[in-house]
Amino acid sequence: MSAVDAPVAGTRRWSTRLLRSELWLIFGRRRNWAGLAVLAAVPTLIAVAVKISPPGGGGGGPNFFASITSNGLFVALAALTVELPLFLPLAVAAIAADTIAGEANLGTLRYQLTVPVGRTRMLGVKYAAIVIFAVAATLLVAAVGAGLGLALFGGGPVTLLSGLQVPFASGLLRLLGVCAYIACGLAALGAVGLFVSTLTEQPIGGTVAIVIVNVASFVLDTIPQLGWLHPYLLTHHWLDYGDLLRDPVEWSGIRQGALVAAAYALIFCSAAWARFTTRDVSS
Amino acid sequence: MTAVSESGAASESGAASESSQPAASQTAPGPGHPAGSWAVESTRLTKRFHRQVAVDSVDLAVPCGSIYGFLGPNGSGKTTTIRLLLGLIRPTAGTHRLLGQPMPAAAARVLPRVGALVDGPAFHPYLSGRANLLRLDAGDRAADPRTAHRRVDEALDRVGLLTAATKRYRAYSLGMRQRLALAATLLAPRELLILDEPTNGLDPQGTREVRALIKRLAAEGATVLLSTHLLSEVEQLCTHVGVMHLGRLVAQAPLAELRAGAVPRAHVDTDRPAAAAEVLRGLGLTDVRTHDAAATGVLGSVAPEKVVAELVHRGVAVRGFTVAAPELEELFVSLTGEGFDVSG
Ligand SMILES: Nc1ncnc2c1ncn2[C@@H]1O[C@H](COP(=O)(O)OP(=O)(O)OP(=O)(O)O)[C@@H](O)[C@H]1O
Ligand SMILES: [Mg+2]
Repeated sequence: MSAVDAPVAGTRRWSTRLLRSELWLIFGRRRNWAGLAVLAAVPTLIAVAVKISPPGGGGGGPNFFASITSNGLFVALAALTVELPLFLPLAVAAIAADTIAGEANLGTLRYQLTVPVGRTRMLGVKYAAIVIFAVAATLLVAAVGAGLGLALFGGGPVTLLSGLQVPFASGLLRLLGVCAYIACGLAALGAVGLFVSTLTEQPIGGTVAIVIVNVASFVLDTIPQLGWLHPYLLTHHWLDYGDLLRDPVEWSGIRQGALVAAAYALIFCSAAWARFTTRDVSS
Repeated sequence: MTAVSESGAASESGAASESSQPAASQTAPGPGHPAGSWAVESTRLTKRFHRQVAVDSVDLAVPCGSIYGFLGPNGSGKTTTIRLLLGLIRPTAGTHRLLGQPMPAAAARVLPRVGALVDGPAFHPYLSGRANLLRLDAGDRAADPRTAHRRVDEALDRVGLLTAATKRYRAYSLGMRQRLALAATLLAPRELLILDEPTNGLDPQGTREVRALIKRLAAEGATVLLSTHLLSEVEQLCTHVGVMHLGRLVAQAPLAELRAGAVPRAHVDTDRPAAAAEVLRGLGLTDVRTHDAAATGVLGSVAPEKVVAELVHRGVAVRGFTVAAPELEELFVSLTGEGFDVSG
């Protein structure tokens, strides 16, 4: 009988079952579908709007709008730029806040723990799910933007910000690089979210708190008097992905940004662990 | 039902193959199980919340194979004790063992063999009953994923929920939710079931079925720790009883012993209670009380037949005469007080 063949209680079986279950919980939920639809609507809007009335010229910063008519890939970049300050962080915040606080709120946390899902393992799986969601959300925006852009404006060689033209494949690769870099930043925010989620039993409150952290970081970054603080801010290097679109690639900002993201992820995952493994679950 | 015998066999062979286990979890529990083999054993377990001691030096001892009724008024600390046992909250002081293993150190090894229902059902509202159980099973490293669907459906079948398996949990009624929580405790063969008010919200059939289920599980060798407010449930099911009051375990004994320890009272139905009480006092009965149409007193060493003879001799009409130990309910009230206010 199979129940007898099954390993005796306590056997450590490595399996992705719990992670898959976690992802099913995130991607099978209608609320999250609505959120992803909003994320996908932005590149759609941009593509259609630019098609109807092409823009004249650009201001400062990486302005991808002006390049859209020359190459559809820039719809993806424009959409990512528009969504990075609020929409993408909001989506990640909602998912991250839900991880522990959502289960505590429903009471399912106590049943997960008595299964037993060890607390450290639970945090690991939850964080993996957050990161996967951050990657998926970024790729969704890029894919919808690139797909629509290429359909409406065509592809071909890509003119970089430094004026140089590179082949289409190289342009696509750089777009993927931008997505990976943005996802790193969002994953770091997700770690902050995981920690916040261990502090509360109210997922909505958690979401608000995470978004406030994100917005505060952007705001502090605009205050010149706080220049000494800027390099340590979570979002300080977020917009440096434009450097990937130069030739040669300007790596210093990207490297700094990746380091800051890794540091935030490490610190806040540790904080979440310290908090969650010692906490009373009395919901 | 096949499911019953199957999981019974599995639980026995599961225990037998675990050679490192102490005798506690190996022996087929029953009347002959060795003394000192406890499924749940706590030593001065204490939990202090902000301004209140919710669980106060509780020495719980649940023998293997028993059905242990865990009683106590609202707010007396039953659920808090259960949370402590399962490692959901940390004790302020004290230690405990489950199935002979120290907790929480051995939680990963012990908890897969423990089924728990704590403080009512809790599931994801937008998932179906079946999907919710599959999610719980996904977290269990000791469970075989290949048999997950079969075990989930068996568990749903055992609580009569198979026909509602695909319904969203949100649409479940109170009783269906309670049944789903019970099904979750049956996903794997269990050696210990910790059930916090399992029949809460169930219809009469559901209540009967759940009691029958608990009896079957116990007959298969599982130990059951059952918190409940239904004293009839305790009388029908339990072999042992523990009573909580104000965070303390004020009584813990085999049910029969608790009953035997209760002093029997003589109860005389009569139209002249005052006269009857006089006779009872004269015979040396203590704690004599008069009621509307009855008088009662603690018999002590006085023979019941002598009481009847004396009553008749004195011309007191005896309409009925019984000697009985007090009901469990009276015992319970005598242990935990008459007051209606919760202990907060
Ligand atoms: N997380 C908590 N914080 C503060 N006090 C708590 C907490 N959990 C429980 N208590 C208190 O501990 C006491 C015992 O509560 P518990 O839930 O264990 O009672 P119970 O015996 O299960 O009651 P009931 O029969 O109503 O289910 C109560 O006074 C309660 O207010
Ligand atoms: Mg309770």
